[in-house]
Amino acid sequence: MLTSEQVNKLEEICKRHNKAQSAVIPVLQDVQELFGYVPEDAVNFVADSMGMPRSHFFGVATFYAQFHFKPRGKNIITACSGTACHVKGSGRLIDNLARELGIPEGEETSRDRQFTLEKVNCVGACSIAPVIIINKEVHGKMSSDKLMKEIKKLRPE
Amino acid sequence: MSNIDNGCGVEIKVCMGTGGMAAGGEAVLKAFKTGLEEKGVAASFKQCSSGKVGCRGFCAKDVLVDVTVNGEKTTYQYVKPEMVERILTEHVIGGNPVADWEVGEDYRTFHGKQAELVLSDCGKVDPEDIDSYIARGGYTAIKKVLASAPEETIDLIKRSGLRGRGGAGFPTGVKWEAGRKSQGAHKYIICNADEGDPGAFMDRSVMEGNPHAVIEGMVIAAYSVGASEGYVYIRAEYPLAVDRLRIALDAARQRGYLGKNILGRGLDFDIKVKLGAGAFVCGEETALIASIEGERGMPRAKPPFPVTSGLWGKPTVINNVETLSNIPYIINKGADWFAAMGTEKSKGTKVFALTGKVRNTGLIEVPMGIPLREIIFEIGGGIENGKKFKAVQIGGPSGGCVPEQHLDVNVDYESLTRLGAIVGSGGMIALDEDDCMVDVARYFLNFTQSESCGKCVPCRIGTKRLLEILERITRGEGREGDIELLENLSNDIKLGSLCGLGQTAPNPVLSTLKYFRHEYEAHIFEKTCPAKACKALITFGILEEFCKGCGACLRACPNAAITGEKKKPHKINQELCIKCGSCFDVCKFKAVTKR
Ligand SMILES: Cc1cc2nc3c(=O)[nH]c(=O)nc-3n(C[C@H](O)[C@H](O)[C@H](O)COP(=O)(O)O)c2cc1C
Ligand code: SF4
Ligand code: SF4
Ligand code: FES
Ligand code: FES
Repeated sequence: MLTSEQVNKLEEICKRHNKAQSAVIPVLQDVQELFGYVPEDAVNFVADSMGMPRSHFFGVATFYAQFHFKPRGKNIITACSGTACHVKGSGRLIDNLARELGIPEGEETSRDRQFTLEKVNCVGACSIAPVIIINKEVHGKMSSDKLMKEIKKLRPE
Repeated sequence: MSNIDNGCGVEIKVCMGTGGMAAGGEAVLKAFKTGLEEKGVAASFKQCSSGKVGCRGFCAKDVLVDVTVNGEKTTYQYVKPEMVERILTEHVIGGNPVADWEVGEDYRTFHGKQAELVLSDCGKVDPEDIDSYIARGGYTAIKKVLASAPEETIDLIKRSGLRGRGGAGFPTGVKWEAGRKSQGAHKYIICNADEGDPGAFMDRSVMEGNPHAVIEGMVIAAYSVGASEGYVYIRAEYPLAVDRLRIALDAARQRGYLGKNILGRGLDFDIKVKLGAGAFVCGEETALIASIEGERGMPRAKPPFPVTSGLWGKPTVINNVETLSNIPYIINKGADWFAAMGTEKSKGTKVFALTGKVRNTGLIEVPMGIPLREIIFEIGGGIENGKKFKAVQIGGPSGGCVPEQHLDVNVDYESLTRLGAIVGSGGMIALDEDDCMVDVARYFLNFTQSESCGKCVPCRIGTKRLLEILERITRGEGREGDIELLENLSNDIKLGSLCGLGQTAPNPVLSTLKYFRHEYEAHIFEKTCPAKACKALITFGILEEFCKGCGACLRACPNAAITGEKKKPHKINQELCIKCGSCFDVCKFKAVTKR
């Protein structure tokens, strides 16, 4: 269920984009910015408010890798698995990290919702591969040791 | 103080490209600003400035800082905030550069064979300050262009021989001419800044380092084609580039380089920013258009080409970031100057993202036609850690690899295509003896398979089958006939796919098969991975006679697979070993083996 405050914010988003057909992606991006993911209720709301079929919104949302449909962790860790990072050992780094954070196989977020580990294809910092982004901060030339130290800082006491 | 009142100045430029920021560039700049103030440096010089610049290529050495005192420039590498004090005291105030921290020989060889054009102002201008671009001749090209007929500019670009840098290499002047001739009152210019090739960051660096060149290029394109509206379609994964672009657009608008009646010459043109949402296929021009229109980003059949029917069905010229940022420089220096660089059919320069196993990784700009060997062994400084060179993968998921025996190939559109690689967008990844070529092919197919939009059956199902076979081979379950199956399937996918993604997706497979067939055969028939990279085909062990029982491997093992008492030989329990390789990396006595 959406709170009335959330409804207000969603209405504001729709208005900001003039309810235009071409605004589907920017609206979804704003929704994700607001909630941290794209909740079904919110999509239904914006679709209705913009007078477009809900299915169209979901069709677009599921096409693009950027949109997440489940709530995400408190800390977002983005691991690059682009080519340059891959050849510099990002695969092992990511495997170790997933194990350390206790993220179940096939999932992105740990059960306690402390951490989300997502993989992306290249963040454009390939010359300092392997690259891990921790809560929007770019860390280059990563090693398992360095990574574990960073993670430790984020763990609740 | 030796520098007092000698009539010159101090200028400090801190790298704050993505690499510079990751290495702490912001704190370094702050330390310089505070230090300059505390030491009252400004009072001693006529001019004193400190600011940020974008990427200058050698990001592995960040934070890079240029300190120019009275016209003499010194470049420092790996700068940390705590080093600033000494640089200020000894160099800026004392007049003696801190030799220990200066860049070394490798920095000079890295830049030695390069030719700066697109990157000539990157790392020199402050990307968030329009005046800094103007001071280096920015926005003069647009004045020349607006004072002449659009056809003259189109002719000049045609004569320069500039070809699109987004991958396909289509002549830019010809595209503009078609856009000009296309009928329609409302036309669009789109800058393709999607840069989906995983392992490439040329466009990102240009937008972060010199966004005004891209804007100026777009305005010139708009005037030439007769367009009134522009879009930059940029990846959301590039937040810094997006911010700097927006700042630059605002500044350009304020100065009258964008908006109504630009420079009083009657041109109306403005630019909007559209954020991509993480789909590689949206780099393809028709998919990109669909995405701007708010649809799923699926390509459509061409013709009609976007120049006749593009965004909202209107004539649309799409150019890549690097293509557009070449434009102001070509206008200012002339078509002949540009055409003098490069080969007969590939003119000018190309920016590459040189990464992987070379010593010097970074962003490079080289004249078209340079031998690949010079890029790898001179600019790149050769392979790191004393390993043996194996191949260069060029052009990302659409490209192919160039092995040792073809290292002398000239890097231009035609020569690389002949070898089964492509110039592509400019990703260039060096591989060494530890990289398995079957795994490289598997890696790219995994990428294209998950990025296929699903419209065409050969692309959607075909790439999946290719991937399954490659996975099987790397797991040691390859079968007789797999190689032929890969080849046949690859050809079918190339023929039956609508867009460039499907048409080129099999390239990494075909090109590794062409040059490294023996590696495929070793996996299939001998169940071995010659590079010792495929987990299923390797075993880790500990040599008793070398093991000192230091316990480093035991502590590093993530799965408690290693046992042993202190100072006694350790052992690996194969049942528990997940083949992560950590023990192999940490053992100082080379007691851990990989077979
Ligand atoms: C799957 C696919 C992905 C592409 N990705 C990009 C890209 O990220 N950036 C780009 O400039 N061009 C990309 N292109 C090429 C564009 O379709 C188009 O040719 C280019 O933007 C035209 O600009 P140019 O002539 O200046 O190179 C891609 C093409 C395909 C088939
Ligand atoms: S070739 Fe692949 S990516 Fe391109 S349109 Fe067809 S299915 Fe989509
Ligand atoms: S390869 Fe990894 S899991 Fe296996 S023994 Fe070594 S450290 Fe442990
Ligand atoms: S491949 Fe990881 S940043 Fe580009
Ligand atoms: S980001 Fe600093 S040199 Fe590339």
